[in-house]
Amino acid sequence: MELLAFGKTGWGDELFYATLMTVAVSVTAMLVGFLFALIFTPLKLSKYKILNFVGNFYTTVIRGVPELLVIYLLFFGGSGAIMYVASIFGYYEYIEINAFITGAVAIGIISGAYSTEVFRGAIQSIDKGQFEAAKVLGISRFGQFYKIILPQMLRLAIPNLSNVWQITLKDTSLISVTGLVEIMRQSYIAAGSTRDPLFFYSFAAVLYLLLTYISMKLINKLEVKYSRGY
Amino acid sequence: MDFDLMITSFPKLLGATVITLKLLSASLFFGLFLGLFFAILRLNKNKFINKFAYGYSYVFRGTPLLVQIFIIYFGLGQIEYLRSTVLWVVLKEPYWCAIIAFTLNTGAYTSEILRSAFQTIKPGIIEAGKSLGISSKIIFYKIQIPIAIRQSLPAYGNEIILMMKGTSLASTVTLMDLTGVAKYIISTTFKPIEVFIVAGGIYLFMTFVIHNVIKYLEKKYSFQQ
Repeated sequence: MELLAFGKTGWGDELFYATLMTVAVSVTAMLVGFLFALIFTPLKLSKYKILNFVGNFYTTVIRGVPELLVIYLLFFGGSGAIMYVASIFGYYEYIEINAFITGAVAIGIISGAYSTEVFRGAIQSIDKGQFEAAKVLGISRFGQFYKIILPQMLRLAIPNLSNVWQITLKDTSLISVTGLVEIMRQSYIAAGSTRDPLFFYSFAAVLYLLLTYISMKLINKLEVKYSRGY
Repeated sequence: MDFDLMITSFPKLLGATVITLKLLSASLFFGLFLGLFFAILRLNKNKFINKFAYGYSYVFRGTPLLVQIFIIYFGLGQIEYLRSTVLWVVLKEPYWCAIIAFTLNTGAYTSEILRSAFQTIKPGIIEAGKSLGISSKIIFYKIQIPIAIRQSLPAYGNEIILMMKGTSLASTVTLMDLTGVAKYIISTTFKPIEVFIVAGGIYLFMTFVIHNVIKYLEKKYSFQQ
């Protein structure tokens, strides 16, 4: 227990902040993923074959390639790509991207592919009559989506999004390879300096279990809220 | 684009794919038995056994695979007692540690897949078997297991693909699998995009093959023929 003391003698406070970092990266990645899903879901549902292809390409490649490989691509290639874009605008200095942003974007791209599939499935399972009825009633396109489609879609999507959240939360452990100090990285550091890897990695496992347990409880509440009337 | 690098790195990456496939097939093989074992425990009426099996699958599904590998590879070596037993022969090799971690992980997911498949079998089928005078052991092996396997094929196909991606974590415990070699080439040449295209292409090809084999099996063993 001394190992977990707060302050200079133990690793308690370090691990506490690392847990907050894991939560922060997961939430950011999930939001980045929603942004990607917002772009790629319409592409997958589009009438045009070429747009379909772009949407399918994204979800197939990301879901078929290991997460670690995507992280390495962004970690080693990210600053190069940004510098290339900057050079077009006449900026030639070295640009380093912060590990948090690299990690959140990498995990976001992965989580976005799963979210896209969830949203596509949810929209497709809404009865066509709902779209037609809304049109007949003269509701604006924005109102159609926001007031009619979205609430019904969320009810169907939330259970699956909860799975995406679990995957995203666990995937953040992989960003430790880029040096961002989240649970896994902090445990690695602590294990190295105390020579007690068994304790620290097991404790990391407990922290992840705690996070998944708490988020399950919260998501269940959301599910109840959005399935009112069913 | 550095096409020369793509061509020269292709054989190296293909060689590393062999390790990826070995890790995948070994862990799927052991994981299937482990999963079946725990799925049967989950269906047991004894509350204690039932809770134990649930706890196993909850812990392994709720924590990242990376933590599981690190606990087994770095953590278990710390226990003095283990070092003096026969187990140490296995546990000092990163290769076997990775296989143990993957097996335990895929076993947890497989047990959930098989459990839900067992639970969806209609009681009428089992009753029909009973009324024909078939012993409950044979009902289990000859009726319940084949139906459960057919039922769980689509979900198990996803699990195989997830596990294939999971084997990339073996590179974190010094194994030179496909991802390990890809990372090595990237960090020596600083050409991440080219290597990503080649290594990612190999992974996608494997996903494609697995996907189609499962699809074929689903069709072959479908209920309506």
